[in-house]
Order: sequence, then structure tokens, then C-alpha cells
Amino acid sequence: MPEPATHAAHHAPTGFIRKYVFSLDHKIIGLQYYALALVAVFTGMVLSWIMRIHLVWPNAPIFGLQWLSKAGAPSGVITPEYYLQLMTMHGTLMVFFVLTNAPFAAFGNYFLPIQIGAEDMAFPRFNMMSFWTTFVAFCILVSSFFVGDGPPLSGWTAYAPLSAVGADSGPGEGMGQTLWALSIFVFCIASLLGALNFIATTLDLRTKGMTLSRMPIVTWAWFITSCISLLAFAVLMPACLLLILDRVAGTSFFIPSGLNISDHLQAHQGGSPLLWQHLFWFFGHPEVYIAILPAIGIVSHILINSMRKPMLSQKVLIYCMMAIGFLSYMVWGHHMFLSGMNPFSALVFSFPTLLITIPATILTLIWLGSLYGSNLRITSASLFCLGFISMFVSGGVSGFFLAQPSIDIYLHATYFVVGHFHMVMGVAAIMGVFAGTYFWFPKMTGRMMNETLGKWHFFLTLIGTYCIFMPFHYLGLAGNVRRYSAFTDDYLVPLIPVHKFITVAALLTGAAQLIFLFNLIHSRFKGAPATPNPWEATSLEWSTPSSPPPFDNFGGVHPVVYHDPYQYGVKSSTGDYLMQTSPEGAGAGDGKK
Amino acid sequence: MATTLQPPQTGAEEERQKPRPHNGNRGGGFGNLVPETGELRAVAEPRGEPARTGIWIALAAIAMSFAALTSALYVREGSGNDWQRIALPPILWFNTLALIASSITLELARRRIAAYMRGRESNPASATLWLNLTMGLGLVFVAGQYFAWLKLRSVGLYLPTNPNSSFFYLLTGVHAVHVLGGLGGLTRVMVKFRISAQAGASNRGLRRSTLDATSYYWHFMGALWIYLLFILWTKI
Repeated sequence: MPEPATHAAHHAPTGFIRKYVFSLDHKIIGLQYYALALVAVFTGMVLSWIMRIHLVWPNAPIFGLQWLSKAGAPSGVITPEYYLQLMTMHGTLMVFFVLTNAPFAAFGNYFLPIQIGAEDMAFPRFNMMSFWTTFVAFCILVSSFFVGDGPPLSGWTAYAPLSAVGADSGPGEGMGQTLWALSIFVFCIASLLGALNFIATTLDLRTKGMTLSRMPIVTWAWFITSCISLLAFAVLMPACLLLILDRVAGTSFFIPSGLNISDHLQAHQGGSPLLWQHLFWFFGHPEVYIAILPAIGIVSHILINSMRKPMLSQKVLIYCMMAIGFLSYMVWGHHMFLSGMNPFSALVFSFPTLLITIPATILTLIWLGSLYGSNLRITSASLFCLGFISMFVSGGVSGFFLAQPSIDIYLHATYFVVGHFHMVMGVAAIMGVFAGTYFWFPKMTGRMMNETLGKWHFFLTLIGTYCIFMPFHYLGLAGNVRRYSAFTDDYLVPLIPVHKFITVAALLTGAAQLIFLFNLIHSRFKGAPATPNPWEATSLEWSTPSSPPPFDNFGGVHPVVYHDPYQYGVKSSTGDYLMQTSPEGAGAGDGKK
Repeated sequence: MATTLQPPQTGAEEERQKPRPHNGNRGGGFGNLVPETGELRAVAEPRGEPARTGIWIALAAIAMSFAALTSALYVREGSGNDWQRIALPPILWFNTLALIASSITLELARRRIAAYMRGRESNPASATLWLNLTMGLGLVFVAGQYFAWLKLRSVGLYLPTNPNSSFFYLLTGVHAVHVLGGLGGLTRVMVKFRISAQAGASNRGLRRSTLDATSYYWHFMGALWIYLLFILWTKI
């Protein structure tokens, strides 16, 4: 039976500002992160449309751009430099403000405390600070569109010395790049605070009966992600600091001697551009696992519910996630095979890169093996989970090739790489976010999303993203270089029809996302009222007394947990499942396999 | 009167797990879920006070960022041929003594705070004195670091002059920023202790976990400084 809470973590807020703006409540903070991610993803998507249109119709004016940047888009026609500037912002927004925010900060903040039976995060004030710091970082980043020459053009990877020498190296490399570095520095602070909160909450605030092995898979995923995040962002922060110092203080951490850029001899001496790459990718590779692990957790969690049976082995699944997290720190050099570093070290990085495919493959086999023979309930959420697996595999297999230096010599910096990471990280994680949204919407709002629209959204997105990103592999193999704003070389011109197909697919798929946006907003106000546990799920978030949950999540009591989170296929008074808080069948063997 | 400390966690409610019978392969999840012994696994009540866990996590992140700076130093040393060793300002050794002394005074303060909170001591003045001394020594450290910077400037070594000076300012500067943060935490401890020392305040007074977390952080700053001093002495 639940036990009465001895004291509330913090008092229920009054007033609009305290309730919805500067809120200490992890649920509101989660929704704030989600809203920020929505704004960022639509901004990033529009940027990608502009890029795609320019690639196939280079001289077409794009209405409105001439007001955003007179130098970058005179009469609306994008210059090559402005193309790179848009590309940089697309990447930065998507990787940091969408993929790190939505599956991890948004859903994690909302559901981690509830799933472990806590009233709130361990440090609610740090939590609020964490969101608003992220928001400030977002504002700083977006402000680069409106200053001087515009945003930086060095890519989301900001390689030195291009990013470090200052305005000489191109438009946007003055104020724009400094704002970028500052924005990312601030984002690191926010992420570190968030990771701290997640780890402390998971370790210290689990309710009675909630052992670590009784946590849902998605909770484990958030916990592992926050451990990775803590150490990865702790390295990006000093890297950004060093970059800022090179730019404004005249130091030479990354800038070598004798650089003559735009007829201007740079005063810096003796720095190492390779140092930036090492520091950045030491963060950058764990970052891509930070992007995908929460989605892995969300998808596993939802699939178990939809299959009405546990995975083949929950323990192995969690160990695989841990292995991925651990190995992610050993592979960063595979982004640097062609950087000029010692070729022997390429072997040293290639080996763990191939190793890391093993836990990822085991994960896939567990999903597929569990799905086989199951009676999967088809809902929008479960469809997106299947879409996730599809994308994860399709995008992941190209990684086997890129992991080998001999092949990577050819494929590096081609569209093959772009196709790989968009599918395995971008689309797959977004599908995980969609799955989570359709699944948890009833709990967050008390209403159901429209299933028909959801299914349309799924099929259009699945087909659309395959149409966009599959041809990228062909393009890459044909030698199509990435980060080019126009294809005028003789080996590239024959590929333009493929690019036209991709652009049309991108625009249509983007339009299909409006279905989701409409569904989200319309259902929020007019959706069918949801029962407390519409998916007949077992984990603690479905045992809250109301949807959305009350201020302290469980209405003045601390839940007591009796089982592991995946008691499906069990004969019980509620049907074919046992909730974690149900004393029925207490003492039953936990799903530890 | 003195407020009481939280009772230490005994973990008495934690039962040892008895071996459970093997449930066989649960493959499709329809296996028999109720073992013969049918007992509930009870675990301890949720522990409050996440501040102690939180500070270890924060220290891990800080350690990692200084590890990144250290590796940047080593790579930068090897990348150019402009590595010029500089003489360390002697005041650094005095600052080190001040920081180590502040750790000692902090420990003495903790013991006196504990004595006061447990009711063994009725006068909070002694604890307050040692807290003030810690704060003072911390400020002496930061001021001394600033004087070290002035000394370097007086011989023409500024942040961009050469890579050694860059790393000197960088490492000492980033460390000093974190020490200032620690001073902020100490201030909070002092304010909370003052509330505890006034009659009646119980919930808003000093919690043991706050004191512990601040102390761990402060000692870590001292240990980190010793490490950085070693790096400076051998490499810069």
C-alpha cells in the first residue's frame, strides 16, 4: 500500500509565473524543454529546406532571406558562404537543441522522477536553472543570425583554425562564431547541471521497493545517458573556453604558425588544429550516444507494453546500453581518420568502433527476437518504435563501413557519412521522440492523440525519410562531397537529378510533420479524454492519481513497488498485466534474466 | 537551543536477500511468476539528502574538465617548438599553504559545528570562528593568486605571450573560479549555521549534507590545487 509522504519536496506554486514560467516542477520543466526542442526542430527543418532548394536550384531566390542577411542572400539568392552558415546552424540546432533536449531532457525530466516514485528531481532549483540556461544558450545561438555577417560557417564541428582565427576566415567568423562558442559553453553548463540532477535523483530518490533492477528500461537509459553526458560535456566546456580565448585573447591553442588568411598573416603561433579535433570529438562521439540511448530506452519501454510481454532479456539489454556508453569514450578518433593524425592510431580507434557494433547488434537482435511471435498492438507509438528499429539498422549498417579506415579514406566527407548519421541518429531519435509523444501524451495531458492522423504521420515520415536519406549512400559512393553549396564539377553534375528527388522528398516529408503538429495542438484541447492507464501499462507513471499527474506526482503518498516493471502476460485482476504498485502477486520472481 | 542533526542512516530495514528459486526460461513471458517462497523483497526507505551524492557527481565532472585541460597542455607542448619554461612566482607556495590551512580549519569548524548541533556545546562562537578563518584563508588564497598574476605581468608574461603563460593563467584562473564557487558555498554554510544558532529555526538551518557537500568540495579544490601546482612546476 502507498505510504503517506512525510513532507513535500517543495510547496505547490501559485501564480502564473511560478506555475508555468519559473517552475520548480520537473513536469513543467520537461514540457518547457519539449517546447524548446519543437521550436528548434522546426527552425532546423526550415534551414534544411532552404539548403536543399539551393542545392538543386542554386539561382532561385528564396523569399525573405534578403531581409535576414543582405550580404548572405542578395535578392534572396544564397551565396556559397551563406549556405555553409545555414548548414552550421542546422547542425548545431539539431544536435544540441533537439537531439540532446527532446528524448533526454524533455521526457527524462518529465518521467524519470515519476517512474522511480519520487516527488520531484533531487535538485529542483538546479533543474529550473538548467532549463533557463539552455534557453539562454538558444537565444545566444539564434542571435548570431542577426549580428554582423551572420552565423558562423565552420559547421557544427567548428574545426580550428577556421573557427579560431576570427573574422579573416569568412563571413560570420567574427561575432557569429564567438556567439556560437559562447552559446555552446553556456549549453554545457546547463547539460552538466541536468546530468547531475538525473544521476542524483536516480541514485537517491527511488521509492520503497524500487531497486535499481526494478527500474524501467527507459529509466536506465536516461541514467546511463546522464553518466555519459556528465563526462562528455565536461570536456566540451574547456574546449569552447580555449576556442574563445584563441579568438578574443590572442592565445594559440589551436592556431598554428604562419597562417596567411585573406592576405592577412595571423599573429598566432605554434597551436595545434588537431587538438581541437581531439577535444571536440572526445565530446562529440559520446554526444551521438547521448542522442540515441534515450530513444533506445523509450522504444524498448513502449514495445514491451505493445507486445504485452517482456524483452528476451532485460538484463542483457541494459548491459548493452552500459557497454555502448563505456565504449563510446574510446572511439572518437574514427572521426579523424583523415585528419593527419598518426595512421597507426587509426587502427587503435577502428577496433573499438567495430566492437561497439556488437552491443548495438545485440540490442537489435533482442528487439527482433522479442517481436517475433508476439502479438504486437499496433498504435502510432508502436509503429514509430518499429520505424526506429528500421532506421537504426539501416543507418547503423553503413557505420560498419565507415569504421574501417581503408574505406573511410574514400567515404569521409561524402554524402555517405551524411546519410549514415542522419538515419542512425537524426531520424531514429526523432522517431523515438514521436513514439514517446504518442505514448505519453495521455499521461501528460489527460487526452488521447488522434490515431488516424498518427498513422498517416508515421507512414509518410517513414517513407519520406527513406526517400531522403537512402539515396545519400549512393551519392556518397559516387563521390559526392559534403558541405558543397553547388554541384558544378563534372562528376557531380550527373547526380543532380538524385538531389532533385531528395529535395522534393524533403519538402513533402517536412510538410507531413504539420500533421503531427496539428495533432499535437488539436488533441491538447479537443482530444478524446484518456482513461488513467489507456495502454494498460505497468510502470509507475501510469499509477498516478490523475493525468496530468498532481503537483507531487502521487497525491501526497509515496508509492510502494512490488514487482519489476514488465509484468505482462500475467493473469491478474486487471487483465494481462500487473502494475508495479500492485501488491497482487507480490514476491513474484523479478524479470531478472 | 541547538537543533538536532539527522539521525545517521543505519540501513536497518535492509534485509539480506534470500536465494530465490530459479524461474526457468521466461521466453515468452508466460512462465510461472510466483516462486514457492513467495516473499517480498523489501528495501530501505528512500534516503533523503542527495546533496552528498550530488557533490561527488559534480566533482567527477570538474575532475574530467581539468583532465581535458591537462591533455590539452601535453598536446600543445608537443605541437609547436615554442614551449618556454617560466619561473613560477614564489607566492604560489604561500598560497598553497593558505589553501591547505583552510582545509584544516574547515575540518576543525566541522567538528565544532557537529558538537554544537548535537548539543554537546552550547556556544556557537567557536564554530563560527573557525568557519570565518576558513573563509579568510580562502580569500587569502584567491588574493595571492591574483598577486601571482601581477608578478607574471610585471615580467611581461601575459595570457597570449607564449603557450606556457597561457596555460599558467588558464589553469590558475579556472581553478580560482571554482574556488570562488566554493567560497560561495561556504558563505551559504555560514548563513545557515547562523540561522541554526538562533532559537527555534529547525528546517531552515544547516543540514549535515550541506555541510558535508561543501567540505568535500573545498577539500577537493585543495587537492586539485596540489595537482595543478605539480603540473605547473614540472611543465610550465
